[in-house]
This record gives sequence, C-alpha cells and structure tokens, in this order.
Amino acid sequence: MADLNTSYLGLKLKNPLVASASPLSEKVETVQKLEEAGVSAVVMYSLFEEQIIHESLELDHFLFTGTEISPEITSFYPQSGTYTLKPDAYIDSLGKIKRAVNIPVIGSLNGVSTGGWIKYARKIQDAGADALELNLYFLPTDLTLTSSVLEENYTTLVQDVCKSVKIPVAVKLSPFFTALPNLAKRLVEAGAKGLVLFNRFYQPDIDLEALEVVPNLVLSNSHELRLPLRWVAILYGQIKADLALTSGVHTAEDVLKSMMAGASVAMLASALLQKGIRHAAQILADMETWMNEHEYVSIQQMQGNLSQQNVKGTAAFERANYMKVLKSFKTLP
Amino acid sequence: MARRMVTIDGNEAAASVAHRTNEICAIYPITPSSNMGEFADDWSAVGKKNIWGTVPLVIEMQSEGGAAGAVHGALQTGALTTTFTASQGLLLMIPNMFKIAGELTSTVFHVSARTVATHALSIFGDHSDVMACRQTGWAMLPSGSVQEAHDMALIAQAATLETRVPFLHFFDGFRTSHQVEKIEELADDDLRAMVDDELVRAHRARALTPDKPVLRGTAQNPDVFFQARETVNPFYTVVPGIVQKAMDKFATLTGRAYHLFDYIGAPDAERVVILMASGGETAEATVRYLLEKGEKVGVIRVRLYRPFSVEHFLAALPKTIKSLAVLDRTKEPGANGDPLYLDVTSALFENGIKDIKVVGGRYGLSSKEFTPTMVKGVFDELKKAEPKNHFVVGINDDVTHSSLEYDPSFSVEHPETVRCLFFGLGSDGTVGANKNSIKIIGEETENNAQGYFVYDSKKAGTMTTSHLRFGPKPIQAPYLITANTANFVAVHQFTFLERYDLLKYTQPGAVFLLNSIYSKDEIWNELPQEVQKDIIEKKLRFYVINAYDVAEKTGMGARINTIMQTCFFAISGILPRDEAIEQIKKAIKKTYGKRGEAVVQKNYAAVDQTLANLHEVKVPEKVTSKLARRSPVPEAAPEFVKKVLGPMIAFEGDSVPVSALPVDGTFPTGTTKWEKRNIAMEIPVWEPDLCIQCGKCVFVCPHAVIRHNVYDKKFLEKAPTTFKHMESKFKEFPGMAYTVQVAPEDCTGCSLCIEACPAKDKTNPSRKAINMAPQPTLRESEAANWDFYLSLPKVDRTMLNLGTIKNSQLLEPLFEFSGACSGCGETPYVKLLTQLFGDRAIIANATGCSSIYGGNLPTTPYTFNKDGRGPAWSNSLFEDNAEFGLGYRLTLDKQMEYARDMLPTFVNELGADLVDSLLKADQTSELGIKQQRERVAALKQKLAKSKNPQAKNLAAVADALVKKSVWIVGGDGWAYDIGYGGLDHVLSTGRNVNRLVLDTEVYSNTGGQASKSTPRGAVARFAAQGKGLSKKDLGLMAIAYGYVYVARVAMGYSDQHTLKAFLEAESFPGPSIIIAYSHCINHGIDMVKGLDQQKMAVQSGLWPLYRYDPRLVEAGQNPLLLDSKEPSIPVEQYMYNETRFRMLTQSNEDRAEALLKLSTEDARSRWNFYSQLAAMHYGGQPEEK
Repeated sequence: MADLNTSYLGLKLKNPLVASASPLSEKVETVQKLEEAGVSAVVMYSLFEEQIIHESLELDHFLFTGTEISPEITSFYPQSGTYTLKPDAYIDSLGKIKRAVNIPVIGSLNGVSTGGWIKYARKIQDAGADALELNLYFLPTDLTLTSSVLEENYTTLVQDVCKSVKIPVAVKLSPFFTALPNLAKRLVEAGAKGLVLFNRFYQPDIDLEALEVVPNLVLSNSHELRLPLRWVAILYGQIKADLALTSGVHTAEDVLKSMMAGASVAMLASALLQKGIRHAAQILADMETWMNEHEYVSIQQMQGNLSQQNVKGTAAFERANYMKVLKSFKTLP
Repeated sequence: MARRMVTIDGNEAAASVAHRTNEICAIYPITPSSNMGEFADDWSAVGKKNIWGTVPLVIEMQSEGGAAGAVHGALQTGALTTTFTASQGLLLMIPNMFKIAGELTSTVFHVSARTVATHALSIFGDHSDVMACRQTGWAMLPSGSVQEAHDMALIAQAATLETRVPFLHFFDGFRTSHQVEKIEELADDDLRAMVDDELVRAHRARALTPDKPVLRGTAQNPDVFFQARETVNPFYTVVPGIVQKAMDKFATLTGRAYHLFDYIGAPDAERVVILMASGGETAEATVRYLLEKGEKVGVIRVRLYRPFSVEHFLAALPKTIKSLAVLDRTKEPGANGDPLYLDVTSALFENGIKDIKVVGGRYGLSSKEFTPTMVKGVFDELKKAEPKNHFVVGINDDVTHSSLEYDPSFSVEHPETVRCLFFGLGSDGTVGANKNSIKIIGEETENNAQGYFVYDSKKAGTMTTSHLRFGPKPIQAPYLITANTANFVAVHQFTFLERYDLLKYTQPGAVFLLNSIYSKDEIWNELPQEVQKDIIEKKLRFYVINAYDVAEKTGMGARINTIMQTCFFAISGILPRDEAIEQIKKAIKKTYGKRGEAVVQKNYAAVDQTLANLHEVKVPEKVTSKLARRSPVPEAAPEFVKKVLGPMIAFEGDSVPVSALPVDGTFPTGTTKWEKRNIAMEIPVWEPDLCIQCGKCVFVCPHAVIRHNVYDKKFLEKAPTTFKHMESKFKEFPGMAYTVQVAPEDCTGCSLCIEACPAKDKTNPSRKAINMAPQPTLRESEAANWDFYLSLPKVDRTMLNLGTIKNSQLLEPLFEFSGACSGCGETPYVKLLTQLFGDRAIIANATGCSSIYGGNLPTTPYTFNKDGRGPAWSNSLFEDNAEFGLGYRLTLDKQMEYARDMLPTFVNELGADLVDSLLKADQTSELGIKQQRERVAALKQKLAKSKNPQAKNLAAVADALVKKSVWIVGGDGWAYDIGYGGLDHVLSTGRNVNRLVLDTEVYSNTGGQASKSTPRGAVARFAAQGKGLSKKDLGLMAIAYGYVYVARVAMGYSDQHTLKAFLEAESFPGPSIIIAYSHCINHGIDMVKGLDQQKMAVQSGLWPLYRYDPRLVEAGQNPLLLDSKEPSIPVEQYMYNETRFRMLTQSNEDRAEALLKLSTEDARSRWNFYSQLAAMHYGGQPEEK
C-alpha cells in the first residue's frame, strides 16, 4: 500500500489532498464529510478584508439611514440586539470546525492592504487554526501604481501578518506578476512558510442585451492545472517554502502531476463542488492504484521529480518550450 | 440603596417600571407611546426579567382595541398586565377600560398623552385623550417630568394592587415622553419594596379558573344594575388615602415626596394657579422665581386627578388666596369650562367657598409651547379686578379675543444653566449625537441635563432642532429654548441660513458654530446680511468648520454628527478637551460597537481630525453682504399661502392668529408647488439624442418632478434658450414637439428615474437618456424651463390610449412634490392614481405615511388641473378608512339616484334629449365623462333659470351624475391589521369602491413595527427575533368573495401590469383592491435600487403578480390571471439584499437559516397554489375530456 503522507507548513498530512477555500467549509457538517472522504486538511472559506471593514460599515449605514427623520421615526429596528458580524461568525465557525474534526484546519484571510483588519489573523490563530492562508487578491487598475510599489505593499502585508501570529502562514498568489520567482523569494523572506499557486480571478462577463458587465462564476477544469504546474515546477527547490498547487485539480492524475512538479499538497474545490465531496475518496483511491501500478511507494518519492531542477534541460518549463509547442500544432487535413 | 443616575426619556422611564412589574404587555404602536412598547419588546427579546424573575411576555395586537381586549383577558385570568398607548389608541381602549374598572381589576396603563384628532390629526401632546377617559372609573395619575414618569409608574402600580382600582398613568406626549433627562433610576429593590407580593397573590386569586369557577360579566336588568354599580363606591373612597400612603412610602425610600395636590408657593399667596403634568414644572419654576421677587403667588400641582379628592385639594389651598386660575390642556367645546376647571369650581361650590375669584384657562394644545412668560401672564391677569375667564394662553385668539397678553422677554432660567441649540439635517446624525452629548454631560459630569428634539413635517431634507440644557441647578424647563436665550447655536447645514432666522435664538455674546464648505476667510461674504447683522450686533463668537470635508476624508460620508459634537465640546468647555474627547469616544464605542470595529474606528478618526479644522472667524465690523434671506414662498403665491403657510414654512407658525385659519380644517390643495425646497444635490438631466420617449422615468418618479409632454412646435417660439425638445415619436402625435422636463427645485435627487431609463448610449452605456448632474448650476436655468414647460398645453385626455405607459404618462399628475422620503416606493402608485382618475377622484386615506406626506401641513401635494378639478382628499382615522370611503360611495350613489329620479320631472324644461342623454350616458371612457360633464353644465345653466322649486335641489346634486372614482388608500398596518375588519366588510358590500394598499410590509410611519404583512424572517419592531410566521395573504382573502376585483402589483417588475391593474380595478363596477409592493426606507435598502428589489421580490416567488377579474367568469374564463413568471431566483438573493432580513443572520444565524428555508417553501407553495388556481376550469359546462 502506497504511503501518501506529506507535510505542508510543518503539518504532517496523511495525504496531499487538501480542500481549498470554498463554501464547503462554511458548515461543520460538510467539513466532517470532507474528513470522512479522506482529505488531509481543509482551508476555511476566506474572510475578506472587505467583509471585516465593509460589512460593519454597511450595517451601520443601513441602521442609520432614515433614522431621526420625523418625530415618529427615531429608528426602524430594535435597538437592543447584538450583531454577530461575518468576521466574528467566521472565528466562531472556525472554532467549531476545529473542535469537530481531527484534520488540520487552515484559516484563510483575503485582503490586499495592511491595516486594522489583519488583527483577524491573530483571532484565527486563537480560534485554533493550525495555519493561516493569506490570499492576496488584487486587481491593479490604477495607471500610476507601479509593480514595485504593489510588490512592496504585498511583502509589507505578509510581514505584518506573519509577525502577528505564531502559526505558519502560506501566501496565495495570482499568476500575474512580472517576476514571480523574485516576489516569491521576497514573500518567503517576509515570513511566508508556504506559497499557494494560484488564485483564480473570477472574470466578469458582458450581458449583451442589458449592455452591462455582470459577475460570472465559472468553476475550474483540469486544463487549468498547467499554469500552476509550471510555476510550482519552477519554484520548487529554489525557495525555502512549501508549495501548494491549486486551480484545475480534478483527478488523481492532476494530484500526481502536482506532486511531481514539486507541490507539497494539491488543493481542490471545483471538483468537489461539481462531483460531490465523495469524489475526494475516489481521487485518493485512484492515486493509490496508479502508484501501485507504477510501483511508487510514497508521495515523497515523486515530489519534485519533474520540477525544473530535475528535468533534463530546463527549457521544458521555459521559453524554448513555447516554440516547440507552437510547431507541434497541426491543422487537420 | 444603590441607585444609578441615568439619562433617559420619559417613555423609557415609564416602561422600565412597567416591564419590571408586569408579566404581560399587550401592545400596539401609536406615536408618541410606541417607544414604550418597543422598549418592553426589546427587553423581553434579550431576556430581561421582571422583579419576580420571569421575562414578561410581550405581544403585538392588531389595534389598541385588540390590545385592551387582550389585557382585559390576561387580567381576568390573573396576570399582572399592562399596555402603553395614546390618543386614538386610548379611545379604542375605552370600552374595555369601563369593564376593567367595573370589575375592580388592578392594572396600570401608561399613556403618553396626545391630542385626539378633531379638525386635524396631531401627533403632539395634550390631555384630550386622557380627559376622554374620566368617565371610565379609572384613577388618573399624571406626571410632569421624566423622573416623575418613572416614580409615578411605580406609585400607580403599588396603589392599583391595593385599591383594586385601575390606574391611568399619563405624562405629556413628546414633551415628557421624548424629553431626555438625567434621573435617578429606581432599583429592583425599590420596586419590590413598593409592590406588595401579598396583593399580587390576591390579584391572582381573583382570577377566572375552572378549578374555582365563577361567572363575571353578567347581563343585568333594571332591577339590580344600578345598585350593583354603586357597590364600588367604598373602593373609590379609599383611593386618595392609599395613593398618599404609597407616595409616603416612596418618599421614605427615595427622598422624593409627592402629595395628591402639591402646593408650591408663598404661605400667604394671593394668586394661585392649578394644573397638572409637565405644565406644572413650568409653573413651579415660575413661582419659585416670582417668590424670590417677593410676589405672593403659588401653584398647585395635581398629582392624583381621579378620584378627585376635594378634601386634599382644599387642604392644599393657601388660606390667603384671592384668585385662582385653573389651567387645562384640553378643549371641550360647548362645556361650561374644561375638566379641571369644572372639578375645582364644583369643589369650591360644594364647600361653600365663594370668596375666591376662579378663572379657567386653556394652554398647550398639541404641544403648543407653555413657558414661564405665559405663567407670568396668567399671574398678571389674576391681579386684575376682573380677570378674564375661559381664556387661552400661548396663542393669539383674535376672533373671540380670549387670549392673554404676556411679556415674551420674561425668563426664569437660572443664569448658570447653559442652553444650546443645534440645527441639523434629518439623517445627518445630529439628533443622535446630541442624545449622546446629553448623556455624556448627564452621566459623566455633576451637571443636570435635559435634551429635547424637534423635527419638521417632511421626511426628506428635513431640519431637526436639538434643544440641550445643562447646569449645576435642577432644570425645570419643559419648553423649547426661546429667542435671545441660547448660549450656543450650531447650524449644521449652511443653506438653513438662507431660509430661516436661526440666530434670533442667540443671547448676546453667544457662540455660533457653522458647518460650511467655505473657509474662515471666505465665509463672511457668503452669509446673508441678516446673519451678518446678528453676529455683529450680538457680538457672537463665530466658529466655522468644513465638517463635510472632515467627514469625507474619514469615511463618514454625509454624517457630520461626530465632528460637530466634537466641536461643541471643544468650544463649550464643559469638560477639559482631552476628557471630552475620551468621553465622546466612549459614547461612540457604546453606540456603534455592536456594528463592528470599522465603524468605531471611522468615528474615532473623525473626532481626531476635527479640532485642526475648527476655526474661529474674525468678525468684521460692518455688514457687507448683498445676499438676503429668502422669502419662504414666492411673491406669486396665493394670499393664503403667503399669509398662513409661508410663516409655517419659516418655522414661524406660532405667530399665525386664530382668524387666519380655516374653521373646519378645510385647506386648499396644490400648495407644495409654492414651497421650493431645493433639497437635491443632483437632479436628472435629459439627453434628447438618446431618448426613446417611453415615459418610464415619468412613471416611476415618486415626487412627480420629471414629466413629459407633446405639444405644437409653435409654442417653442417663446421657449427659454436652454429649453430642450425633440421631434415627437408618438404615432398619435406626428410632427409635434416632445420634451422631458425636470422641476429642479422640487426634485429630491433619488435617481429612480435614471434606474428606470432603458435608453443607453451605444458607445458609452453608462450614459442614459437621463443622467444625474449637480443641481446648483442648473437650478436657475431649469427653473425657468420648468415654468415654461408648465405653460405648455396638456394633451387632451380624450385623445390618449391610456393603456400604454408612454401615453398614460402624458396625463398631468395631480399629486406632486410630497414630503415623502426620497425614492419612496408608495408615491409613484398614488401619483398614477391621480393621473388616471384624479380629476374625478375622491380619496379616503388611512392614517400613516400616505396621510402624512399627503396631508401634513404646511404644504400638501394633492393638486388640481387647469379646470380646477383634482382629487378631494380626507383622512378620518387609522382604523375606519374603508368604512369612511364607503361613506363617500353611499353619498355619490344616493345623490346620483336622487338626481336621476328628479331628472324626468324636468323633462319639459330641459328637453327630452338632454334628460335622456344624461340618464343614458356612457361614461366608460374619458370622452364619455367629458361629454357628461358638458351635459351637467348645460343642465345647471337651465336649472338656474328655472322657477321650479325643485330646481335648486337638482342643481345641488347634479354633479353626482358625472362618474366619480372613490379610492380608499392606506398602508398595510391599516389594511392587514387595524382596518381589516372594515376593509373586509366594505369588500362584502359589493359597492363600487377601489382600495389601494401601499404595502411596505411594516408600519412605516411609526418607525417600523411589524404588521401581519411583515414577511417571515424580517426583523422589525415588535419582531426583534425576526417574524416567525409568513405574511397574511390579503389578496387571497379578497379573492374568496368571488365578486371582488383583486390585483397584486409591483411596478418595479412590470409597470405595464401595474397600469393595467389600475385601469381594470377602476373600471370594475364593484369593489376592487390593488395590493402594491412598495419598497421602503424601512427595508434597509439602497433606495436607488428600490425598483430592482421589487423585481426580485416577484422573481423570487414571494410576491407573485396577478389580477383576479370577476368579469372573466361571465365570459366562462378563469378570473385569475397569474401575471408573473415562475420563481427564477433564490429567495435568499432577494431577502439578503435587504437589511431587515440580513440583520437576522447577524443576530441569530440559526433562526435566520431556518426562516430562510421556510420562506423558500412559502414562495414555492404560494406559486404552486396560485398557478393551480389560475389553471382551473371556470366555464359554465364541465371541461371537455
């Protein structure tokens, strides 16, 4: 029987299959099902900087709007109620989940700027999280914002968050950086113990009838694995941090490829949302079958074996490969 | 005993004792008592227990009548039970009050006394409601201050248990109920010490129980009823003694001594006044002042009004008294005097006391100010050999000349008392911040403190005034801060200075703080000359801050409250600055902490950045401004508007004399047009190049400020240069010009029109055919364009196909510029009603938002067309609106019948053709109605010349021959709850009346209490835990009659459907009801997106649209037409876009989740039910297989 053990952020995991941040971690029951299905750790759904700040402001706005507008209307809602805002509900929920399962639970914060909200990193730690994933999700639209300033902001934020907690911090990144390896190195220097590659930006769509831009959520597919696969392979061994691969992990093959590229864990959400939580068990079973058939005894055995370091001729992951691919494309006769 | 000093209002003070000394509260909202019920509900919702360790059960009923019934039942089964009410609510309780007293049942009702509606409704305070209960057999215990409202609530509770006589504890609505004051809070041990558990057990022992069965409430005959009625006498005889005993016990506990008649004054007083409630505070303060001046005066404050203890009253009278003025705060027309006067005179007469000159006077109706200067006026009158009797004080009665003169400059306020006035914009947070300030001063300093808050009549762009007093001496001043007495005046909205004289309140050397976009160097030249003059002459210390800028930079948006509050503390020096800032921050944490850290932090930032932006202005020596304060109404306004409404608009209504006012409450319509409020920061601007002339913007506008018209191009010759127009695209009106025009000074800037506009610029879809732009730069040119637009001829109604939106919107709205909230979801429906039927509509309006924006002075929105025709409107009550409207119909039907009966008898004079055509007129179209009006005009002309003695009678009812449209309009509080019985009955009569239910799913006007329309899962007042049960299906209940036209509409989903329903309902020759989804500021939504919410309500299945038209049955068709599509979005998507639902997820997530699930099932089952109903076979014969 193949040994699927791996380690990530210093956590000993029974296999490399980790549930990434998704609505599946919103409830204790579904996290328990994830555990039953075999996932080795779960990343909580993300607590957004916007939620921490804006939910509070929004509640305040609507409780305030229209008050004191007439002698008969001083306010609209009962005054003595207490509100559990999303951030507090998140902390509460994390604590409940942690107590309900035996697998490690990784908290997730999503934000871009340093500020008061990062105190929730400490709250996540205090609620029992085994690690923290910091999701840097920012779309630069300002023409005056340079990449160096942006990267500097990121490293400062990571530094601030890492300083505020004792649990390991992983940073989840988007692929859209001019010099990703350099940024990765600086983030690790700022305290990150792991990098999670990559974030998926949810791209809005256009409604042709209404002439409006509309939000549109499209789940990932296996084809999307290639992008993180390449960058995991490039970074593996070059930086002193664990790598988690996410985006496009749908099958056992996807997990195995992730391991071979150099990831410590492979994270998945879309596949479980589409096929159900039990699909995790199937992936694990398929992995074992494949490893047995190919006489792999452990995950460690394959981890990074096809990373850039180990592939003969590094061109496979670099520009030369691009030419090769283009030339290989043949139109149908 | 350890007691806290707390700074609270009178409602909280009374409710605090009531909630702790009762087991059941049956409540119903009515201003100004609603807050007592809300406090009770809130406290029970968070598990606050009474002194016996159990959480009181709070239940909202369908009316005050219902509340009283539930109270009666609960009392009869042995629970300690109470309720809170006022005004009409108290009147509805009277039948039960007779019963409760007749059965010698212990209870206390707490009443914030409010004016009973007569010639007009008033939400403000006087004693007309409680005085209407004198005959019920209840003891009546008034209190005059917040502390007394707290104390007397307990004394009443103790006394009712011992006497078995029920107690009406009352205090002045608003003046005491809403006044914030520093008081000593009674501890639970005080309550336990006063309330004897033995008596509680005795109350329970009298309960109805099958274990010890008795029968109570028999029907009695002439043989014994009378005698039985006299059995209670001994119980009343002992009440005064027992109340005094309770007061004495209370005094030993707290040190506050009360007596049945408290005399304050010189032992050898010659002139005395007697009165009760908050007026007693003013009179007492005045007497104390006059005593220091050596005057021989005194005041008797009535504590126990019923039973009226003649013995105690006489004992309270100083032996030296020569003249006595009895002051009543109510009016009983036709009586020989008002109630207290009659009690006093009969007491003196019965005891043979004839050497006192007794006069009666009336003061303070509807919270009319009652000040020391008026009390002094009364004392001065008593000096006269023949003082005026049956006088009024506080107004200028120039008709019957009953008013007293007084010196307005007289003041009794202690020089160490500081008086501050703050003028804010409704919803800028000024009132809330001042409530915090007065709490800080009251609770963090040794000062006594008082706060009172005044609002104007509109719900958008209102001015709020906060009156704050504090100082080392006790504050006995239940009246507003008067002219020339304020030490500090803050104006939070610069434009107020252009409209109102606010510096008249400042005393010489006072501080004037102004929020303005102008800097300390620019501000002087921007001030109106009247303001400059006051600043110079009164030597005011003038400070300026750009609070908008600080608010913007600190994320506070338009809320300048914290900033202005910081300025106040910084300038006034009540506390050292650092300590003041610390206390403000503490108050911020307390007020906003529950809403999250970000809110607290942004407020902290605003505090921290304030002082650097606060500047004292160096005041020049001369007036330099060319600007003058604006007249409240333009010169062109009608005389009545200028003389009567103008002063009211300028907050000078107190100066209007009796002779200027209508004798029967009848006012002219069409007056909002004269009150140019200019409250919009931005207004819509029309882009003809994109416009498709659909009329949707006009349709949705809540304030009728955007209109469109087609007209002959020849009129453009005189158009202002900036007047926009384009070629008409109406197929009915080719070759004509078309314009969309905005009323820039009446628009509230809600931008619903922009949301509704479907026409987008193809190269820049964010640009529509109308877009918002800053108002100030457009104001002048667009005002001229608006005036020109109004001069254009309107399209002939008979030429229009009213079934299309664009055509229907060519009709002139006869409801315009109301005081409703910006973006109101109700008013577009009301406006549509007036467009379609306004020239022949007569409207019965239930009390509520629609009666307030429809009929609250100074100006009212219903108006008339060029022929002088328009809606006639009236408000009877909250509970009787359907019956009231039915009355209209009965008259119209009867008069039409009478006219029709008479017509044939005039055939020789009128000619057979005219008589015949009048009798057989087809009035189903606009043309038919027009022709009938012409016939009636001809009829009247002929009748005027007739010598037939019946001619005048026929002429008097001839107008009834023209079809009238009766509309009964109101909100869900009326239709689902308090007025449902009447509404149901009126439906059952089959009479041709139309009901429009403006369904906001909550009592909007009284501040958001739950109604039976409130949907499951929504948080509301009286539903603090989220409403657990689904809303009542009013439409379905009406459908059940089978002969009622029923429509459920939501214009945000389909304007066409709404239009169709209105037309069908009105044309249906029987009862109709339209239930209209009305988004509301109560829902906690971005009002700009109100129409989107309407759409989502329908798409989610929670608000399916339908029409039920009984006429279809005659054609063998199913009368139910389900007009919306199958639910297409999750209920959650609709609900959680609104704070009322979303906040439950934050306060009780599990319950929110459970209620969401049930709501989802509601939507589905409702859809399934209606779709099956709509699919049923309705033909006369069985459906063919």
